[in-house]
Amino acid sequence: MHRKENDTRPVDVKKIRDLLDANNGARIRTWLSLCSRCGLCAESCFFYLAHDRNPKLSPAYKFKATLGELYRRKGHVDRDFLYRCADIVWGECTTCKRCSMYCPFGIDVATLIATTRTILYSQGITPEGLARAVVNYRETGNQMGMSSEDFVDTCEWMAEESQDEIKGVTIPIDKVGAKYMYTVNPREPMFYPQDLAMAAKILTVAEEDWTMPSTGWDCTNLPMFAGDRALAGQVVRNMYEKAVALGVQAILITECGHAYRSALFEGPYLAGYPDGKPPVPIVHSVQLFYEYVRDGRIRIDPAKKLKEPVTYQDPCNVSRNGGLWEEGRKLVQFLADDFRDMNPNREHNHCCGGGGGYIPMGPEYKARRLASGRVKAEQIRATGAKIVVTPCHNCFDQVSDLNKEYQLGVKVMSLKEILCEVMVVPEKFQPEPVEEEETD
Amino acid sequence: MQAWYAFLTGPALWATFIIFFGGLGLRLAFLYGLSRERDRVFYNHVDWKWGLKSILYWLIPWGSASMRLQPVFSFVFLLFHVGLLGVPLFLSAHNLLWDRAFGVSLWSMSDAWADGLTITVLACGVFLFVRRLVRPEVRILTTAWDYTLLGLTLTPFVTGFLAYHQWGPYEWLMMLHVLSAEILLILIPFTKLGHMVLFFFTRAFIGFEMGGRRGARAW
Repeated sequence: MHRKENDTRPVDVKKIRDLLDANNGARIRTWLSLCSRCGLCAESCFFYLAHDRNPKLSPAYKFKATLGELYRRKGHVDRDFLYRCADIVWGECTTCKRCSMYCPFGIDVATLIATTRTILYSQGITPEGLARAVVNYRETGNQMGMSSEDFVDTCEWMAEESQDEIKGVTIPIDKVGAKYMYTVNPREPMFYPQDLAMAAKILTVAEEDWTMPSTGWDCTNLPMFAGDRALAGQVVRNMYEKAVALGVQAILITECGHAYRSALFEGPYLAGYPDGKPPVPIVHSVQLFYEYVRDGRIRIDPAKKLKEPVTYQDPCNVSRNGGLWEEGRKLVQFLADDFRDMNPNREHNHCCGGGGGYIPMGPEYKARRLASGRVKAEQIRATGAKIVVTPCHNCFDQVSDLNKEYQLGVKVMSLKEILCEVMVVPEKFQPEPVEEEETD
Repeated sequence: MQAWYAFLTGPALWATFIIFFGGLGLRLAFLYGLSRERDRVFYNHVDWKWGLKSILYWLIPWGSASMRLQPVFSFVFLLFHVGLLGVPLFLSAHNLLWDRAFGVSLWSMSDAWADGLTITVLACGVFLFVRRLVRPEVRILTTAWDYTLLGLTLTPFVTGFLAYHQWGPYEWLMMLHVLSAEILLILIPFTKLGHMVLFFFTRAFIGFEMGGRRGARAW
């Protein structure tokens, strides 16, 4: 990220110092003082691997050059330094947490990078795409600035549309006491409303007791990646409080990776719940859909199963940081005949390069995103798969872009899309055939 | 000379032990207090099974994916640590000293073994030194302090080895041997060498965080 020419604001050293102090707990102190500079983390990082092993892309270098330096200089830095940090913490790290598994001391580099993002945000520095989203969250409670009316209208419209295929599909809004409160990524109602329709069809066929909330329906959390911790807490609190108000049993998260990380792992801390637990259980679609098929609540038509070779892109925040790699894999194997795993996979899988806020950071970062995605592109190509399934919007966009850039010749699909194609629709949900007028 | 040696192996040694154990204790106590206040995440997600596994897989040879990616380095790194701990603790000459001072001693290894392990430590040390110089991703992180600490770590071994074989000025070598070992022990609690104990805490933490919360193997 280059320093904006018109950005002549002074650096608020006191604010930086306050943030450095507030974060100077036992973990960050220990991590920063313990790193023995062994370099083992380098090979775990796809940025490093994708850019011909540029040593400046090793995780240890990245946190030393940013947060390490901020502590060393006790916050006395200039704006050029802050922009250099921004370039590293947003342009060269997706906070995928892979490196902490490869560090002998398990240093949680993602936390160090996220802390640096918070400090930069306090100085008004954040990528433009994220800054825009932050404004939208603040004004409307969702990242794309969609009004509650538009959202509810979209749900109704999609429910109606789906009735041609599945009888009795509804999208219940604000239903008190439902089992699941289904929350989504705003790009679904805004740009891909068929995603809502597909979810509604699946949940209807599974005869689920569910609802969508009229507010707090956005489960994404870009302020978490932008470095705005206060707003990140508010965003997740909106969702939690709505779930508590509706008295639902659990929050169901759409096929989105970071939403799960936010709702289940980081959200409770961001929102100030001292026990680190969300007020209601959080369930990811991958888990629920897997259980539906495993338990026979949704049956798969063997004739319709995908015949082409399929691979599964483990979203970092669903697999490594969400623990659902087996569920995702097994579900894909229920839906496809020829499943081929990438290597490495499961919790060791590489980030696609679109996570940690990278996709919404916008066009300024696109060339770098595609260059860094080379590792993922090669992983996909090596499987020989023709279809890449991924339960994450950011992975979906990144793999679609990589598909074009590296001419992978694959089709990217979500689990919902495949499920809708291959599930058996029981008779009671089959729409009545439209009677054609008989002509003599 | 005799007086200096007596000082180094007498009061200075006591001071060293006090600083070493006291320093490690204080560092741990300080971090513990701080963690109670600021690192709640640590205690909310304690899961001993995952914490222990996270430590264990990093202690056994090639136990972690990371070590398997760099099999040669990780083997050298393991040997280095075995020697670093094993020689000073189980050397028979040291055990004679423990016995004389405290009336207790540990099992001791034969001098031939100690000799072999010492040479191994030195060879590993040279490997680590060269690796710092030639691997770009390590060189870029390395500071003069890293070379200093590595040099300091090897000094007691070089001097001990030479003194044992009576190569060079014995008395000077023994002085240097004791002095460098004391400096090293004093530095451990206050530097990255604190990983001698803190390794167990940071590794356990990532075990709680990745394994306890998510079921992901952090190794």
